[in-house]
Amino acid sequence: MKRTFTCIICPNGCEITAEYEGTDVRSIEGATCPKGKDYVRQELTDPRRNIATSIPVEGGELPLVSVRLDRPIPKKDIFAVMDAINKLHVKAPTTIGQVVLSDVCGLGANVIITKPVAAV
Amino acid sequence: MNVERHQAVVIGGGPAGLAAAIQLKQKGIDDVVVLEREHRTGGILRQCIHDGFGLTRFGETLSGPEYAQRFVEQAEELGITCLTDTTVLSLEADRTVTASGPAGLRKLRGDAVILTMGCRERTRGALAIPGSRPAGIYTAGVAQEYINLRNLMVGREVVILGSGDIGLIMARRMTLEGAHVKGVYEVQPYPSGLPRNIEQCLNDYNIPLHLSHTVTDIHGRERLEGVTISQVDEQFRPIPGTEERVDCDTLILSVGLIPAGDIANGSGLAVDGRTKGAFVDEHYQTSIPGVFSAGNVLHVHDLVDFVSLEAEALASAAAEYLKEGSLPACPLEVKAGANVGHVIPQHVSGTRSFTLSLRVRKPLKGVTLTVTQNGREVLRRKFPKALPAEMIQLNVPAEKLETEGDLEVSVQ
Repeated sequence: MKRTFTCIICPNGCEITAEYEGTDVRSIEGATCPKGKDYVRQELTDPRRNIATSIPVEGGELPLVSVRLDRPIPKKDIFAVMDAINKLHVKAPTTIGQVVLSDVCGLGANVIITKPVAAV
Repeated sequence: MNVERHQAVVIGGGPAGLAAAIQLKQKGIDDVVVLEREHRTGGILRQCIHDGFGLTRFGETLSGPEYAQRFVEQAEELGITCLTDTTVLSLEADRTVTASGPAGLRKLRGDAVILTMGCRERTRGALAIPGSRPAGIYTAGVAQEYINLRNLMVGREVVILGSGDIGLIMARRMTLEGAHVKGVYEVQPYPSGLPRNIEQCLNDYNIPLHLSHTVTDIHGRERLEGVTISQVDEQFRPIPGTEERVDCDTLILSVGLIPAGDIANGSGLAVDGRTKGAFVDEHYQTSIPGVFSAGNVLHVHDLVDFVSLEAEALASAAAEYLKEGSLPACPLEVKAGANVGHVIPQHVSGTRSFTLSLRVRKPLKGVTLTVTQNGREVLRRKFPKALPAEMIQLNVPAEKLETEGDLEVSVQ
């Protein structure tokens, strides 16, 4: 099998072509850095993504605070993770890196705050 | 009215303004004032909650608010004065800035004035889309602000016109929030956003991208009920008979960004019709001595990392200007040759190395970029591909330049 990928690791967006049988990768061409090869191998076996969203803040200068995961999760679990995050809320003040949910859906990733929101 | 004197007045406290102010301070310019119209500094990054920022500048991938916070905190540590809730009304040729803030109207004159106001979005008015004027039509950045900062969902059945990066990011964002994004329609025969965003924002969520298509009618009285989509020919004219109605309650426009330099209109500042930003030299100095410009108000960037780096380069030059009283003259013109849409800077000295930024006019494969001067090749670089969506930047070393003769940049 031959498939062309657009690498999403950095803004260069390399077009990388891989030849493979099942999970056995025969060749990878077009990557301008080693991260591109790793990305394609990961895509062929277990595609993963980070997601960012926001959750309500009580008593803050803003109604919402942004959050993301501290590591990527399997692509197929994105909507289950969104459901889990949608149940969360925090109290102001918030700090960057603050963990609001550990090991979301048992996937090993934590939901972390990405913006300081001052209390009012 | 009393005019306050400062060494440097920075207009705009987004990523460019903060980076410039920090660098000025670190170069020994103590009296720096940043004017910011919002309640907090950080600019548009405060609503860009997705990750992917900082790979070049910090070597790690951050969300927009995290990237901004690094500069906000550094500015605080350095004791830089940031006047927030303060809107600049005008700039005059003598570098007097008139601003309206919580304490009323004030005038500030900078020995240097730094323009870092960012850009704004093109709207429905700029495209002149016919049809009724119902609720439910937003630019992508406005939808992003409503969803990410104000906790307001903009709609459920969504059509996106234009494939700019913010539109692509919002296609994913709205899908995650439970909306149904029916498709992205792009008038050009190629996408205007970055390939990685096509991949991770559209393909990941099976959102179709229709090239060479545009919206030709808008339906609904109170609220948007649907749009008419038409295919376009090579001249972007709708092809009769290709009309198709798509029902939706929301239309998101991601149809381009324009430098927001309006406050300098009364100053006589010379503006480049191609970038819609100022003409600058290699020091990012505009046609008015002591007035500098960098970031998205100069030319629209793809990545904030390059905005920060450009603003830092500006600040190094502005610090030299403030200490020495002047900068080397830049009489040589840098011309945009074959397939090049625009270049920054438009003028150089010929005696110093400089960073050249450009965009190509159309997607190209297997190309060579050349910079020539007096019929001689100054620089040659090969690229496997060149896209209008991706700004090209490279360093032009001083030792390759002559002190007379204009430069020309072409990609073929």
